[in-house]
Amino acid sequence: MQLVCPAGALPALTAAIDAGADAVYVGFRDETNARAFPGLNFDETDLRRGIAYAHARGRRVYIALNTYPEPNRVGYWEAAVDRAAALGADAIIAAELAVLDYAARRHPRLPRHLSVQASATSHAALRYYHEEFGISRAVLPRVLALQQVERLAEKSPVPLETFAFGSLCIMVEGRCQLSSYVTGASPNRHGVCSPARFVRWEESAAGRSVRLNGVLIDRFGAGEPAGYPTVCKGRFRVQGEVFHALEEPTSLNTLDLLPRLTACGIAALKIEGRQRSAAYVAAVTRVWRAAIDRLHGEGEGYVADPAWQPSLAALAEGTQTTLGPYHRSWH
Amino acid sequence: MKLTLGPLQYFWPRRRVLAFYDAACAQPLDAIYLGETVCSKRRELRTGEWIELGRSLARGGREVILSTLALIEAESELATVKRLVDNGELRVEANDMAAVQFLRERRLPFVAGPSINVYNHRALALLQRAGMTRLVLGVEQGRDLVAQLRAQCQREGIALPELEIIGWGRLPLSYSARCFTARAYDVPKDDCGFRCIAHPDGLALDTREGQRFLVINGVQVQGATVCDLAPEVDALAAAGIDLVRLYPQAEGTEAAIARWREAIDSHQAPPRLGDNAGYWYGTAGMGAAVG
Repeated sequence: MQLVCPAGALPALTAAIDAGADAVYVGFRDETNARAFPGLNFDETDLRRGIAYAHARGRRVYIALNTYPEPNRVGYWEAAVDRAAALGADAIIAAELAVLDYAARRHPRLPRHLSVQASATSHAALRYYHEEFGISRAVLPRVLALQQVERLAEKSPVPLETFAFGSLCIMVEGRCQLSSYVTGASPNRHGVCSPARFVRWEESAAGRSVRLNGVLIDRFGAGEPAGYPTVCKGRFRVQGEVFHALEEPTSLNTLDLLPRLTACGIAALKIEGRQRSAAYVAAVTRVWRAAIDRLHGEGEGYVADPAWQPSLAALAEGTQTTLGPYHRSWH
Repeated sequence: MKLTLGPLQYFWPRRRVLAFYDAACAQPLDAIYLGETVCSKRRELRTGEWIELGRSLARGGREVILSTLALIEAESELATVKRLVDNGELRVEANDMAAVQFLRERRLPFVAGPSINVYNHRALALLQRAGMTRLVLGVEQGRDLVAQLRAQCQREGIALPELEIIGWGRLPLSYSARCFTARAYDVPKDDCGFRCIAHPDGLALDTREGQRFLVINGVQVQGATVCDLAPEVDALAAAGIDLVRLYPQAEGTEAAIARWREAIDSHQAPPRLGDNAGYWYGTAGMGAAVG
């Protein structure tokens, strides 16, 4: 099973490789990928160096081109596919039909992974992408329960990659317009969710408030941890009660599921977090590397190291972790 | 332009659903979309009954399209999609790529619903190759995108399918594996007691300072504002929109249909009765009222 780790910049890439990532996924410094944050991502010089660093150590680099170009911008995305191929990327991760089609026709030998942003949740949907664009892997959206993942793994026409750890998008990715509804900037078109330029913090007697384009997402009392104001993790009033009506600020952590994910043939585990620091990436990667290696070595005798969970929990958003949708009770 | 009634997104009691469509028969609508698009647990009408209802409305001379579920998780849901696709008579609105694939395999023409991501002319052409004859534009797609789509299609010799736009109703914004209604009631999704049935227009989600913000509808989240493009009726026609979709709401749907019919037939733009123009002008969907 492959460990696929995030890198938002060259130091994170080398840190991930050094900590044992089998592959690192990255994005260009523009809106062609779903983490188009200011100051994040790779220019061509850094990417060339990063790919050389990975390849010298027998590891891989995947380039995420997983946003949705509008008609007048298709050419820009195509040029990004050309750049990925020219740089020697080991795969592109894409969701949009035109991008996949162009890559399949123009660069048939550059592997195409279906991005989580395509929200393909069934073997029928995966068949479409496999037959039309020859995808060789698909990243599953974070919506399926573990049993559903297991069943899908039996029938999928391509190997599957699942999310293992990191921030938890609770909506079907590629089909969430919450950020867009509030700000006009969307993950699909602009590669951003709740962009920082729309975020405003206010201190008042009522506490610390955070707004997204004027909409109050949450308010925090003294000493209460204040998270980033994505709409899905705010506190709102429903039927007279104020609570995290959509989701708490928690991180996905599937370490406990590792044996079952391995047993059902999941090809790769993905760590979320291209926006995180090199130190974070290194720490998370080390734990997962150790876990995968131990499982590989010990098989049925595998027992998790008691130190792993606390170290992952310490790195998690809000220091809380959840099995998320893999566990039926989350639904 | 034609006027269509989008699929009912809420969970209404069986009797209310049947009465609603009975009344819809007498409305000046060109097409009616039927079926459960949000949650497969909602079975006041079972799949076979939706198909039967569709057939009976179609016999009355109406164009009827069967809409599929937007988020597929279980094999049983896939089987339902297959059953709709194999109905043998009525056209299907695909709301997920699984439905697209089933329709493509059977070489059946289909409508691509608003939860299928079509952001450019090439994607549009690829889906036409799979059998798409009509595209319902996604909620984010307004005036500029439609203009770009037309221009690029023309440039590359791509024939446009029929274009349908959401003209009235609350916009569907997201889907999740989690049921937010069950969460609000603090009950498990697998044992939800069908709480949605108590909320024929969804469950209001307000900000902590009381701003109407979103609406919870089971696993779907909608905007709280009602999008209303009736004042833009001429601009829609000029932009090449072929059909305008009105989503059933608990209140005011009949009046909205009548008002739209009048606006289309008379080319007289009525005042805005909904909250805003959604994404039409390229701004945030919840935007401030325009015009």
